[in-house]
Order: sequence, then C-alpha cells, then structure tokens
Amino acid sequence: MPEEIIHIKAPIDEKTVLGLRAGQKVLFDGVFYTARDSSHKRLVELIEQGKPLPIDLQGQVIYYVGPTPARPGQVIGSAGPTTSSRMDPYMEPLYKKGLKGTVGKGERSQEVIDLMKRYKAVHFSNIGGAAALVARSIRKCDMIAFEDLGTEAIHRLEVEDFFAIVAYDTLGNDMYKEAIKIWGKEESRIQ
Amino acid sequence: MRQIEADTITQAVERLCMEANYFLGQDVVDALEQSLKREESPTGQQILRDILENARIGREELSPICQDTGFTIAFVELGQEAEVVGGSLDEAITKGVAQGYTKGYLRASIVQDPLRRINTKDNTPPVIHVEVVPGDRLRLTVMCKGSGCENMSRFAMLTPAQGRKGVVNFVVETVLKGGGRPCPPLIVGVGLGGTFDQATYIAKRSLLRPVGSHHTEAHIKELEEELFEKVNATGVGPQAWGGRTTALAVHVETYPCHIASLPVAVNIECHSHRLKTTIL
Repeated sequence: MPEEIIHIKAPIDEKTVLGLRAGQKVLFDGVFYTARDSSHKRLVELIEQGKPLPIDLQGQVIYYVGPTPARPGQVIGSAGPTTSSRMDPYMEPLYKKGLKGTVGKGERSQEVIDLMKRYKAVHFSNIGGAAALVARSIRKCDMIAFEDLGTEAIHRLEVEDFFAIVAYDTLGNDMYKEAIKIWGKEESRIQ
Repeated sequence: MRQIEADTITQAVERLCMEANYFLGQDVVDALEQSLKREESPTGQQILRDILENARIGREELSPICQDTGFTIAFVELGQEAEVVGGSLDEAITKGVAQGYTKGYLRASIVQDPLRRINTKDNTPPVIHVEVVPGDRLRLTVMCKGSGCENMSRFAMLTPAQGRKGVVNFVVETVLKGGGRPCPPLIVGVGLGGTFDQATYIAKRSLLRPVGSHHTEAHIKELEEELFEKVNATGVGPQAWGGRTTALAVHVETYPCHIASLPVAVNIECHSHRLKTTIL
C-alpha cells in the first residue's frame, strides 16, 4: 500500500527517530555506511582501544550488507541485507558513538531492543534475497575503510528510494512479534 | 571404462555456479507464483512480487539474485563405469568454483579457517559429496547455499517414543526459531533416520528435489503435507513480516535407523534456491 510509505533522510535526525513506529514503511534518501561481522569487530576493537573510528557515527545508519563485486559500469553488485542478529554483540559501543539506525534482515535480541530504547535508535528490515532489486536504489558506492576485508569492508553508499520497514522503534515495539500475533493460527502451536 | 576429462568437469562447474546464481529455477518461480495466489497479507504479496521481480532482473541482467552467493556444494553421482582422467575430481571441481566465482562476479564468502577467518578470495573450497552409482555418466549438481538460512538449520536426537509428533514439533519449532533470519519463504529440508551424519546429509539431499515434489511413500508424503500446513499456519510469512507464506515446500527424506534412535535434521533453505544440474 504505497500511500503508507514515508520518505526519510539518512543520516536521521532525533525528531524523525522518535516519531517512527514499528511497522511503518519508509523510503530512504541519503547516506548509509555498510558494515557486517568483521568490520563490526574492528570498529568495536578501535573503540575499546580508545582509537578514532574511520567514520563519525553520529546520526548515521549502518546497512548490514556484503555486496557482490560490481561488474564494469555498475555502481555496486547485488546488495541485499544480511542477518541483523549476528551484529547484536557489538551494538552498545556503536550506539554510544551516536549510531541511530541499522538496516538488515530478521529479528534482534531483547538486549538490543532494550538498547534501542535507551539510546533512542531504530532498526529497519528490508527484503532478504531481493539483492538485485535492492541494488537499484543504490546510486553511489565508495570504499571508506578496512579494504582488506573485501566484501566486508566499510563502504559509503548513496541511496535513493531505498525501501525498508521499521522493525523496532524507540519505544520497544516489535514488528516481528506483532506479525505472529496477527497471522499465527492455533494449529501451528507446538503440542 | 568411459573417460571424462577433468577439464570438462571444471568447465561445467564454472558454468553451473554462474547459472545457479543468476537464474532462479522455474520450480521456485512456479511455487512463488502459487503462493502469491494464496497469500492474504498485502505486505506479504508485495514481498513475493518483489522476489519474482528480483528473479527477473537476475535472469535478464546476469545479476546474482542474492548477494550471498553461498557456499558451493557439489553433489556428484559418478557412474562406476566412468573414470575421471587428466586430473583429480576434487581439484577439477574446486578449480571450476574458483573460475565461476571470479569470472561471474560472484561474492567470495569462504574463510580458510573457522577461527582465524581469512577469506580465500575465490569461494573455494567447495563441499563435495560423491556417490558411486551404476552406469558410465557423471551427474553433477551444484548448490550455492546461502548461510543466512544454513545458520538456522537444526538437528535433534529424538527418542523413538517421541515419534512422528516429536518430529512435527521439532520442524515447526525450527521454523519459528529461525523467524526472519533465514529469509522466508523457505524450502524446508528434513532428514529423518540414519545416523548423526546421514540425517543431515539426506536433509540437504532432499533440497535437490524439484520444489514442491513429494516423497514416493504415502505416509512420508502425508507428513510433508502436514508439515507444510503447520509451518504456514505459524504466521511468520514472507520475511517474517507476517502472512501465510512461510514455506514454499517441505521435503522429507528418510533412512533406516537404529532401534534406539530417531535422528531428525532440518536443513533450512531460503527462497533464493540456487541449484543447477548437468550430466556429463
């Protein structure tokens, strides 16, 4: 239902973050940074060592993605989301540095949901496995840090009309739990 | 003995890796279209349409349908009257994977050591399963298995007393625990019986069947149908955003088992089911 979709900018301002509710569909315009398992590990190690980060996380949105190599002439290869929960152990130090949004697929731990309430951040999900389609909303891709990590390196993406849904908001609302409540049938109960 | 050149195998693997990643199988496309007719959630319908559109883009632009171009698994049925010449079978397949992933702009997703985690940069090595069968042909299937779904697979040693009901509960519980992480709609592969290793192997092998095809034994077909109904009644739906389409199919394979055992393995596969076969 396209009329439900709102446009938001990345990086995200505090007012927008606080106004978003789980289940809201959005189209992003602006800048994402990519990071996944190995780059998260390095970011958190830098923070623990008191060293500067290669990116200023204030207000930023991180997209959990490891794209395929771009063909000549392409901005980026296929670029769908990876599983968000693998990044759960790294979240608090990143929220402390001002991170406001993350984009990936699948549920997150209760611990991260609580952190989002505390640090006023949101998490978005987009469609896993629709990677060639998602790549069409990425207009620019530049290498920023950890180039040796290959697909796991941090890139700066410019996105336009990038579709996602608010999975968890700053009040602790949970789109995934709501979905099961609405759509789950009695006969699927474990006996 | 019929001779098969190692280089022929390498070229076949190279081609299959690319085709599997660009061209979603017609059986999966058909299953997605069928589920679109049944899906009640408007958001679920939109996701299914996006997945079909994504498959069209992959096919027309030779783009990987998923950025996780997977762990390459080669299933080889080698006729006992055929011999591989000009190199080893394992090396021929491994070289084909390296070439396919490099030339095909596919992602290198394999690390050499599970703890040191340095990327091998060409997606090698593959996992290779070889069965020796009658005849003089070599049947080669390449599966490119995403890890989002592989990670949500589970195994249990149930007791014979837990029986069929225990199996049903374990499969449904596995799908619920996975939620949105394995990218539903899923293809659920179940291996029932055998040993610890055999159960997981036949669970994976069940994924080689055309999506939605049934087991030849009536009572296993009924089990597949019941599991399909129950899994889709969870409400998880496409991407776990809610809806009726949690699985496109449930496949069950069985093997005889010990009087003391009821092993059950659930190998979760996502909608981005990358699988291609050739016969040499």
